[in-house]
Amino acid sequence: MATAAAGTDRRYFARPTAKTGWWAWMTTVDHKKIGILYGFTSFVFFIIGGIQALIMRSQLATPDGEVVSAAMYNQLFTMHGLTMIFLVVMPMGTALINFLLPLMIGARDVAFPRLNAFSYWVFLLGGLFLYSSFILGGAADGGWFGYAPLNRELPGNGMTYYSLGLQILGIASLAGAVNFIVTILNMRAPGMTLMRMPVFVWMTLVVSFLLLFALPVIGVALWQLMFDRLFGTSFYDPGAGGDPLLWQHLFWLFGHPEVYIMILPAMGIVSEVLPAFARKPLFGYPAIVFAGAAIAFMGWGVWAHHMFAAGLGPVANSAFALSTMLIAVPTGVKIFNWIGTIWGGAVRLTTAFLFAAGFVSMFIIGGLSGVTHSIVPHDAQQTDTYYVVGHLHYVLFGGSIFGLFAGLYYWWPKFFGRLLNERIGKLHFWMMIIGFNLTFGPFHVLGLLGMQRRVYRYAPGLGFDMWNMLATIGAFTIALSIVVFLVNAVLTARRGEQAGADPWDARTIEWMIPSPPPEHNFDEIPVIRHRDDWWHRKYITDPKGTPAPVIAGGADAREIPADERDNATASEDEQAHGIHLPSPSYYPLVTAVGLPMAGYGILYQPLLLAAGFLIVLVGAFGWVLEPPAEPARRDRRTGAEPA
Amino acid sequence: MSSPEVHHEEGNHPGPAQYVRIAVILFVITIIEVAIYYIEPLQGVLVPMLIVFSLLKFVLVVLWFMHLRFDTRVFTWVFVSGILLTLSVFAVVLLTFFLQGGAAPSPPGLGG
Amino acid sequence: MSAAHAAHGAPEPHTSTGVDNVKMAMWTFLGSECLFFGSLISTYLLYHDTTGSGPTSADVYDIPFTSISSFVLLMSSLTMVLALSSIQQGNPRAMRIWLTATAFLGLTFVGGQIFEFTTFVEEGLTLQTSPFSSAFFVLTGFHGAHVTIGVLMLLGVVAMSSFGRLGPDSARPVEMVGLYWHFVDVVWIVIFTVVYLIP
Repeated sequence: MATAAAGTDRRYFARPTAKTGWWAWMTTVDHKKIGILYGFTSFVFFIIGGIQALIMRSQLATPDGEVVSAAMYNQLFTMHGLTMIFLVVMPMGTALINFLLPLMIGARDVAFPRLNAFSYWVFLLGGLFLYSSFILGGAADGGWFGYAPLNRELPGNGMTYYSLGLQILGIASLAGAVNFIVTILNMRAPGMTLMRMPVFVWMTLVVSFLLLFALPVIGVALWQLMFDRLFGTSFYDPGAGGDPLLWQHLFWLFGHPEVYIMILPAMGIVSEVLPAFARKPLFGYPAIVFAGAAIAFMGWGVWAHHMFAAGLGPVANSAFALSTMLIAVPTGVKIFNWIGTIWGGAVRLTTAFLFAAGFVSMFIIGGLSGVTHSIVPHDAQQTDTYYVVGHLHYVLFGGSIFGLFAGLYYWWPKFFGRLLNERIGKLHFWMMIIGFNLTFGPFHVLGLLGMQRRVYRYAPGLGFDMWNMLATIGAFTIALSIVVFLVNAVLTARRGEQAGADPWDARTIEWMIPSPPPEHNFDEIPVIRHRDDWWHRKYITDPKGTPAPVIAGGADAREIPADERDNATASEDEQAHGIHLPSPSYYPLVTAVGLPMAGYGILYQPLLLAAGFLIVLVGAFGWVLEPPAEPARRDRRTGAEPA
Repeated sequence: MSSPEVHHEEGNHPGPAQYVRIAVILFVITIIEVAIYYIEPLQGVLVPMLIVFSLLKFVLVVLWFMHLRFDTRVFTWVFVSGILLTLSVFAVVLLTFFLQGGAAPSPPGLGG
Repeated sequence: MSAAHAAHGAPEPHTSTGVDNVKMAMWTFLGSECLFFGSLISTYLLYHDTTGSGPTSADVYDIPFTSISSFVLLMSSLTMVLALSSIQQGNPRAMRIWLTATAFLGLTFVGGQIFEFTTFVEEGLTLQTSPFSSAFFVLTGFHGAHVTIGVLMLLGVVAMSSFGRLGPDSARPVEMVGLYWHFVDVVWIVIFTVVYLIP
């Protein structure tokens, strides 16, 4: 494919060009495909994590359970936590961000498409690496929080897999964070000011900064743990003068922002879904945006509320109790704004709306139990009991998972061109919310009755039995509801109702383009004049505020005003040169492979470590030498084949 | 070949001569730092002086060599937030150890 | 280096902030690195007196030697910025010379670190001796690793330039590597003061 312009024209390892089939997916740099890869992979991990939960619930259904041993139970609760946090909630959020972010800001892709693909492959390989521990000597068994000095003393390789696996996953997320920050700041369509961006995009920006600053801290903690386990250092060895509290500080400095990383995307989703199905703009957009930023900022000041029982002393405890109580304020602001969005709206009770409303209600409950934790003497009783497990599941399942499902139901037609069935969807919702409350509601009671967490069985006669049985029934109900969802997905895959571009009569510009979108997203990058720009293209509001459809030709004249003319150079350039998309590449995958290889090398064989490092080096150099896009591609406009 | 419009956002562009001057200043500051480390009568003010001097070197390199002074404010915000965040959270972390009585071996916390 | 248009050698594509994507990404990454080194330095500060029965900092530190090392690294920032200046004035050959000088100074620094480490080990301060030694070696080791990666990038750019593979805007990759390099230097300024000089 010789060209006159600056292409690589490689004779060896020619650049992939496949558009369909396995190879296309393995070399894709298209944000939409990458989003689907993330979504599919994280859903598989969701099922695996769920099965781990079901096994634990089976063990705990009755006193003196004998389903699994204590050792296996330790691995189960550790991996359940790691899976749900790092392999489900975070990547599922990333799936939605990947597919939607460029569409919502009017871009053709993210800033660094190959880096985007790299993030996905590192995530997949990191997850597989972490899970390989099950068959290579036993999985991590020190809890997802891996407290010192137990984390360095636990025999076997489990906690070393923990250290290495999370570091690998951290690289994926850090790359993603940089990518999304640059994309949001730099690639918005003309007229898309920051305060016209959808809230989901704002939350992505905020979350990306949280990741950017939090990941390095846990990175250091994990490196130090690895050095302690493998090379005899004494960072966390009290016998040598090391302080286990250092681990707790470093871990929770990451760990607390991490929970906001998990909840803010779901809050962004809900901020998109509720206005669409209330047929009203989001109530108090600036307040919701600033509250999101405030939560992220203040989230850096509360981490030691996870350490109230660690002996920091009354001064530290009081300070963090106060900051924790304060952070409820911006959260409350968001909740009132969501309620204000629904209030007085022409509400359509679609499945997506139900999950979004479910998010708001379940998150309120989880937030309230969280506020009780902020009171130090209360927390002294609650900590390390099932009360905390109840709290965290209300916010992470009732919050994040419900929010993610809302997003899935809402944007499913955009991703796949077909609507999920509403009746089956509602069955899923009701089964899930009932099962969810049946499972985690009792946890609060169990906690206050004194049932400890992370213990593989309990004795009879403590008053725990009935509540545990209820929780187990609830857990299996949740599992059934997931099956219902899967049935829905499979049934509608071929026979579902065709969606069209805008099945919900929604507000934001991703609904302007066909479902599923063409590879280049927008035929012409839109010029943005309003928040909810798509709504304003469809409707003008009369003096009473009632929307009326815009007659063809419409309210917005198509000439570009003088002050936006500079911003239109992007489309002028496209008119001159045609639309160019980034080209597929296998360097992201190649480079990614080096990381788990290095991980296995550290564990078993130094040569493998050298090989892994070399592969990363070679992959990175090849990547840098390869241009982001090959010039000789089919012109999107005319469909002309390259010479 | 660099194109002029690529650097349009960078106004006042230092030249090689100015860079050399800054390097000389950095060198001199380092000499002073090492010197006062050894000068006995100054031990009392050693720590604050060292902090001030290293801050000075830090600022010189970042603002001029890294061109932050002449580039868009966005870079400054991103970088400075990283620095401020680091300083604040780790000041608090080290403070909690200090309030407790230093890095003595302590029983592992129960934490949640 | 940004997404679509660079392949054509087209003029700098428009971005919403007017700033190049890669430069924005590099500064964002450097913000993250502040937290990374901050965590390592804080660990060191926590443990700087936890020396167990092993040597203390006063026992092993050789301030004159480390000062020379620091000076070498500082000067490498000068050669780096002169390299960028050269290419911005359209002189790739001078750029390659300055970049090579930077890499050489960087390697000298790393060599000095290795010498310092082996001396410490001979004096009884190993990675495993105490929390102090653990913190010291891991902090300075990570910094040294960053310098090494920087040297690889510098030599990579030199090679790419020699083979004419830097692309239409050859100042850009030099500037990016420069930002990374100066940052690593700046981290050393902090380490030198906090670890070596402050008692």
